[in-house]
This record gives sequence, C-alpha cells and structure tokens, in this order.
Amino acid sequence: MTEKARIRLVDLTTAFDGEVVLDNINLEIKDREFLTLLGPSGCGKTTTLRIIAGFLKPDSGDVFFDNERINEVPPNKRAVNTVFQKYALFTHMNVFENVAFGLRIRKTPEAEIRKRVTDALALAELSGYDKRRVHQLSGGQQQRVAIARAIVNRPKVLLLDEPLGALDLKLRKEMQRELKKIQRTAGITFVYVTHDQEEALTMSDRVVVMNRGKILQIGSPVDIYNEPRCAFVADFIGESNIFSGVMPRDKLVTFAEQDFTCLDGGFAANEEVDVVIRPEDIDVTAPGDGAVSGTVKSIIFMGVHYEITVVGDTGEEWQIHSTDPQTVGDRVGLTLTPDDIHIMHKPASPEEEPVDYDADEEDEDDDD
Amino acid sequence: MTKKLPAIPYVVWMAIFVVAPLVLVVVYALTTPDGQVTLANMLEARKFLGVFGRSFGLALIATVICLILGYPVAYAFSREGERFRSVAMMLIMLPRWMNFLLRTYAWVTIIENTGLLNQVLGFLHLPKLHIINTPAAVVLGMVYDYLPFMILPIYSVIIKLDGSLIEAARDLGADSYRVFTKIIFPLSIPGVISGVTMVFVPSVSTFVISKLLGGGKDMLVGDLIELQFLGGAGAYNPQLGSAVALVMMIIILICMSLMNRFGGGDEEVVLL
Ligand SMILES: Nc1ncnc2c1ncn2[C@@H]1O[C@H](COP(=O)(O)OP(=O)(O)OP(=O)(O)O)[C@@H](O)[C@H]1O
Ligand SMILES: [Mg+2]
Repeated sequence: MTEKARIRLVDLTTAFDGEVVLDNINLEIKDREFLTLLGPSGCGKTTTLRIIAGFLKPDSGDVFFDNERINEVPPNKRAVNTVFQKYALFTHMNVFENVAFGLRIRKTPEAEIRKRVTDALALAELSGYDKRRVHQLSGGQQQRVAIARAIVNRPKVLLLDEPLGALDLKLRKEMQRELKKIQRTAGITFVYVTHDQEEALTMSDRVVVMNRGKILQIGSPVDIYNEPRCAFVADFIGESNIFSGVMPRDKLVTFAEQDFTCLDGGFAANEEVDVVIRPEDIDVTAPGDGAVSGTVKSIIFMGVHYEITVVGDTGEEWQIHSTDPQTVGDRVGLTLTPDDIHIMHKPASPEEEPVDYDADEEDEDDDD
Repeated sequence: MTKKLPAIPYVVWMAIFVVAPLVLVVVYALTTPDGQVTLANMLEARKFLGVFGRSFGLALIATVICLILGYPVAYAFSREGERFRSVAMMLIMLPRWMNFLLRTYAWVTIIENTGLLNQVLGFLHLPKLHIINTPAAVVLGMVYDYLPFMILPIYSVIIKLDGSLIEAARDLGADSYRVFTKIIFPLSIPGVISGVTMVFVPSVSTFVISKLLGGGKDMLVGDLIELQFLGGAGAYNPQLGSAVALVMMIIILICMSLMNRFGGGDEEVVLL
C-alpha cells in the first residue's frame, strides 16, 4: 500500500431539505487501500459514496481524484465504479450483458469481453448463470451480479455499498475473502460501506466511523477497537461497558465509587470522563478477590462464550464475556488490569454519544 | 372461490357488450342471408384488397408519425418537474374532452381550400396548399386525434423507469446518448408497443376522419364497413360487412401478436 492519496474529500457538507446529512467531512483515501465507512443507518454513508461517484454535488466542499478537483466531472468520466446498495441491475438484459455493459461501452474487443465476463462471473460464483434474466435470480445472486458488473471493469477505485448485505453468513464470509483477494491482487482502492462492525474490522486497512453525518474516528481496525475516541465509537464497535467517572489526576480514575489505576492521562484535574471496559477483558473471580464485588444477575449462552451480567454492590451493571458459566444469584468478584480500562472525554456533541445515551440521562433526570 | 364474486358483473358486462357482438359478426360473416353457412362472404371481401391496403398504409404512416412526434414529447415531459408534468398531461388530454366530430370538423375549417391555413399562407404571399380531400388530410386527422394515445403510454413507462438504472449506466461509463439508446429506450419499448397499438388500431378502422377530411373519395375499410350496414338499399349487405370486419380483425390481431413477439419483453402489453 502506497501512501499516495487517491481521493480526497475536503470540507464536504450536504443537506437535503435543510437537514444536514454530511457535516464537514474530511477524508483522505489512499491508493490501494481498503477503507470502510462504518456507521448506523442514515448516517450518510451512501451519500458520501454518491458524492465520490459523481451522482450528487455537495453543497460545499471539494472532491479530489489524484489531486485533481473533480466536482464538475460527470460520473461516466470518473475512474470509479459502484456496487449499488440496491443492485440497480439492468432488467432488460441477461446476466452476461449486465456484467459486459461497462466493457461494451469502452468498446472492448468481443473476445476479451467474453473472457473477462466469464472470469468475473466465476469469481462471483455465478458460472452458468450468464443467460439468466435478472428477475430470475435470488437477491443474493443479484447482489453478486452487481459485484461482478463493477469489478469486471477493473476501476481504480471501487465503491461498494453494503455489497454483501443479502448473503447468508457462509457465502458472505466467502465473498469477503474473494473481495479482499481481488482488492489486493488487482490493486484496486476499495471504499466499502457496511454497518456490520465485524465485517469492517476483519476486512479493512482503515475504518471510518460515522454518525449523524460526521466522521468520529478514522483508524486501523485495532485502533478503533482498542482506542475508541468517544462513547459512540466504543458502543458501536463491539459491546462495551461505559461508566461515568472522574479523573482526579493522570493514571487514576474514579468510577463505581472506587479508584482504579489506568494508563491514560492528559485530562484536566477532576475532569468528568467516560470509562470503557470491554466485556471480554473482565475476569470473574471468587467474591472478595476482585476489585469489584457483585451478584450474577443473568447469564446467556452465546455460542462461543457466555454473556454474564453482574450487578456491582454500588449498583452499576457489568457485561462480561467469559467461556466459564456462572450461576445466577451467586456472589462474584471482578478483576480489571490497568490496560483494560480505557478513558474517553465525555461526548462533546450529540453524535459522540452512544446510541442509548439519551435514555440514560433522562432516567437520571427522573431520579433527581 | 368467493374472491371471484366481484368479477361477476364485469364478466356479465363483457359477455353482453363484447362477446355477443363478436359472435354476431362471426355468424353474419359466415352465413348467407337465409342462414346457410358459407365462405362466400369472406372470399368476396378479397375484392376490397385496395381498400385494405390503403387503410393499413395510411394507418401505418399515421402511427409512425405519431411515434416520431410522441416519443420525444413523452421523454421530454418525463424529465420535467411534477407540476409541469401534470399540467402538460392535462393539456394533452384536453382536446379529447371535446366531441370527436367537432374536433375533426375543426380541421376542415383550417385546411379547406379557403380555410384558415390558406388564408394565412395567402397573407404571407406563400403558395396555397391543397390538403383537404387528400390522403395527407386523412393522415393529419389520424395523427391529431390519436397522438395522445402514443404519448400517454410511453410517458407512463418512462416516468416509472428506475432512476438507479440510469445512474448505474452512467457509473459504468455511458454518456447521455448511450444511456438513452441502451437503457431508456429498450426499457420503454412496452410503452411504445402499447402506443403503437392504441394509435394503429383506431386509425385503421376509422371512417369519420376519411369521410370528413378525405372527402370520401378514397374509401377506407371503416367506410367500406359502414357502407355495407348503413348504405342505401343497393349497398346494404351486412354479411359482406361482417366478413370485411372479421378479416380486418384477424389482420390486426396478427399484426399485434407479431409486434408483441418482436418487442420480446417479458412485460405484458395491453391490447386495447
Ligand atoms: N435524495 C434524498 N432526499 C432527501 N433525503 C435524503 C436523500 N438521500 C438521503 N437522504 C437522507 O440523508 C441521510 C443519509 O442517507 P444515506 O443514504 O447516506 O444513509 P446511509 O448511511 O447510507 O444509511 P443506510 O445504512 O440505511 O443505507 C438520511 O437521513 C436520509 O434520509
Ligand atoms: Mg446506504
């Protein structure tokens, strides 16, 4: 992966009917990287792709492709192809002609078209479906035609809008591997949209977490997972325990009515903070052994692990993932090491709040 | 089964007003006045080959002109805003709220030798046009009367086109011209087929237009049939009239089914 910027989005802002959908988006997409836009429904992922593809002009801001401003370049003149969220297959053509469309437009020789389309269909596990009409395919097959139709053109940049959403788990995993392989071997820059955090973490070089039209964090999957910048990211990427706390000084945090040593610093003295602890980082021990004592409230078998809820003696709830079962009602201790505790600033704006933050606050208000 | 109940009035209606007349036409066409089954009427209809040829020829010309005029209009309208579209569609349908005879008579006053058109031409010192009582006038009348039937079905197909297909084509490198030829036009063919059907069928069987604008000189199939039923004592021959009608129906059916096959779409085209 080179460090050259293939696409740059600078100060993009877009509103529909006065409602701001993209709010000052700045993003650099590097050549040959696998970049994923991750965020909840309606956060502006598709809108961002549409601006890159050229279907939508931003209200303000610029789009650069290889350092050239392309705001005014129409979609058909951009070296970008899209796998559309709703497939947008040509209903009056068979599968082969759908996939061949881009090549025919470029006046590719017939023999080459035949070869490339056949290869693309094989890759999408659609060999033998060439003559089928689009409406004779299942949703997942249509989705794979959409992927083949875009990939066959070997664009410099491929925009994929939830390209695997309609596939079953097994096929999805298989296609994930295939897409990743194509991206690496063909050296195509992928801008991938998903709201599946696991897909984002496993496939991407970098993940862009969005909410309410804003970019909250850009980073490698490991960074995003281990160092979420705000409660929303922590909450959206995997499950988290998020507690309200105070930092009396660097490397010391108070929450759940106790002091804990942590590794973070750089906060104002006695700043109110959010404390994130991943459920799989907490160890369950004998009562009295851990830093926290509590009672097992519930346990759910999740396949790989058990999801255990423990109510601490000071009233807070802990989510714990463990391979060992516990008995509901038992007293247990919870141990935390300093590197399990991650400190974040309190949300500075609504989009940084976790999804259920509002509800929590309202509850507190009611208690007062 | 009970679900079929609401269809019963419709079925009865169809039986009385569609099937029964058709059966009567067939019966008349295949019998002599005293009730003997015969093919003589059908064979006699052959002598009107010229009339058939003229009818189909003029209807075909009118249909092609309607298509050439109507498609761009339908396409242009479909690209406009919603308010423009509804007003435009109403204006297109407006003349149809006027009586068919009146509409056609209005053209007589425009194109007759001393009519509006020639007065304007004379005023501009241009040579006069002799249109009335020519086949051109008949075609003009057909185009004028049936053009909305071409525009409407094409418009309603284009307006329902999935915009994302156009975006997909653009995304794959197609310019506006290719988007039209490879996506919009092929997908609008069902509309074209219904439009062609809806213009061609009434054009080929019209009798008022040819009588008023064509001067009744060159008889069309419609006039021919009318003559057999409403003509004076000498011409009255409902058996022959039915045979001509039956032949025409068969030819139209063949044309339409060929066209549907040719259109090749999976979409059903309404035969109107
Ligand atoms: N053409 C439009 N007109 C008005 N509002 C729009 C339009 N397109 C998108 N929006 C709004 O913009 C916001 C962002 O939409 P967008 O399609 O980018 O979301 P998304 O992140 O792709 O969501 P999803 O995961 O559900 O596909 C939504 O609130 C949506 O309602
Ligand atoms: Mg979307």
